[in-house]
Amino acid sequence: MAPIATSIMDAARWRRVQRTLAGYFFISPGLLGIALFLVGPLIYSFWLSLTEWDIISPPVFVGLENFRTAFLDDKLFWVSLYVTVRYTLVAVPLTLFAALAAALLLDLNLLGISGFRAIYYLPAMTPAVASVVLWRWIFNSEFGLLNYILDFVGLPKVEWLISADVVMYSFWIMALWSIGPMMIIFLAGLHGVPRTLYEAAEVDGANAWRKLWAVTIPQLSPVILFNLVIGLINTFQVFTAGYLLTAGGPKNATLFYVLYTYRNAFEWLKMGYAASLSWVLFAIVMVMTLFIFRSLGRAVHYEAG
Amino acid sequence: MILPFLWMISSSLKTRSQVWVFPPDWIPDPVQWHNYVEALSGLPFHVYTFNTLRITIPVLLGTLLTASMCGYGFARMRFPGRDTLFMVFLSVLMLPAIVTMIPVFVMFTHLGWVNTLKPLIIPPILGGGPFNVFLFRQFFRTIPNELSDAARMDGCGDLYIYWRIILPLSRPVLATVAIFTFLANWNDFIGPLLYLQSDSKKTIALGLATFLGLYSTNWELLMAAATAVTIPALILFLFCQRYFVEGVVLTGLQGV
Repeated sequence: MAPIATSIMDAARWRRVQRTLAGYFFISPGLLGIALFLVGPLIYSFWLSLTEWDIISPPVFVGLENFRTAFLDDKLFWVSLYVTVRYTLVAVPLTLFAALAAALLLDLNLLGISGFRAIYYLPAMTPAVASVVLWRWIFNSEFGLLNYILDFVGLPKVEWLISADVVMYSFWIMALWSIGPMMIIFLAGLHGVPRTLYEAAEVDGANAWRKLWAVTIPQLSPVILFNLVIGLINTFQVFTAGYLLTAGGPKNATLFYVLYTYRNAFEWLKMGYAASLSWVLFAIVMVMTLFIFRSLGRAVHYEAG
Repeated sequence: MILPFLWMISSSLKTRSQVWVFPPDWIPDPVQWHNYVEALSGLPFHVYTFNTLRITIPVLLGTLLTASMCGYGFARMRFPGRDTLFMVFLSVLMLPAIVTMIPVFVMFTHLGWVNTLKPLIIPPILGGGPFNVFLFRQFFRTIPNELSDAARMDGCGDLYIYWRIILPLSRPVLATVAIFTFLANWNDFIGPLLYLQSDSKKTIALGLATFLGLYSTNWELLMAAATAVTIPALILFLFCQRYFVEGVVLTGLQGV
């Protein structure tokens, strides 16, 4: 009796071990990737952030000196942070609102919907470098499309990329152009709103405006939160446009944070300092995300179950 | 939305003197098709295209395999630590890319991989990116368990179930991930910028940036090059449009 019971138990245990091994086998490529290109580099980068290092000579341990320099002595650190926050504070609400409005319009299904969906998505398909090339021409002060439109309606020409006071508006316009992915996510969210809720609202005599505020927006709130968080994280990391379109200028007006970090690391070879800057960014993004989840998470409507 | 594109195409077909006209003409006259020939032969774009494909194709195949494997593990198997590890995967999405970019660059410098295509091929293959794993997991969870249970009764292992039962049922998500991966690599700029230095190694996006530096005021040629680089992505999009929306629906925002 007893030996049979043990062998059954052994078999059960063996099957559990086997299942665990099989499970880890399936996720092993991902685990390897995370270990090699995430956990390892994170530890290494944290160590680098405490050093001064030009890649050529060995790194010198300096403790928290890099962080002290950034916060107290480095004017450009604050400039880049200011530029990035300013860009984000306008670009994220602007694109969120525009994407939602566009999705609501498309959801009305007035015209051939798929064609319009494609048009909104086009900018996201365009290689970043190609869109930079295109926008440089659109923003051209003398012969550009935008100044042509301004001229057409009788407004004076604007130095879109040359004036330090104006250049941020150019970046906001570009942000507005690429709302496609956000809009598609809203559109998918809108398809998920149960029709019965609208029918119930209609029975209660709600008009279109009331239905928007009482049904659509609350139902959509998880999607809005998702887009807000993803939008913030992405916008905070803007790089390519600042690098190629304006090279951070004029007068550092588009010296975005990641661009400044990139320069420290790969142009000036201040690897240790750049690593510290990247950790500051990481901390900012983390705090921002947690803060949003804490403060807005409760206001978000989730379907029970 | 569409206006900038029309402007791009219109400018790409103009003569140099017609570009410098204000207010601009919308219709190029005469139409300068040879701008495209001139732009694409100004730099070795055929080499750039070849390099881009040499990166994109292995990354595409590798991503489909490893991301779907991980997705299968997370969606259809039970083992201790699974949910914690999945949360780790997801939290990677919150990490700014620059944080790991610096140490990984140093790592590849030590390995002597700078100015080779390896840094752009190998990391994305390992695990296939958390977002793709997420897409696969969400899709696999919608496939009824009865199918794999029946196969298991017949004595089939997980590898067989994954390869013969689950993957053949997963064409939509395979297509979605394939498209996202193709585009991400076709359009990537910062990766090639970091790792590829010599002209013979450059990708299309990096080549276009070089072109922008060299021909900074030849707008008709710049527009022709930009249009040409955009066209493959556009064609792909027009044919596979529905998979984009499916991909978003798949993320199953309600189920996160």
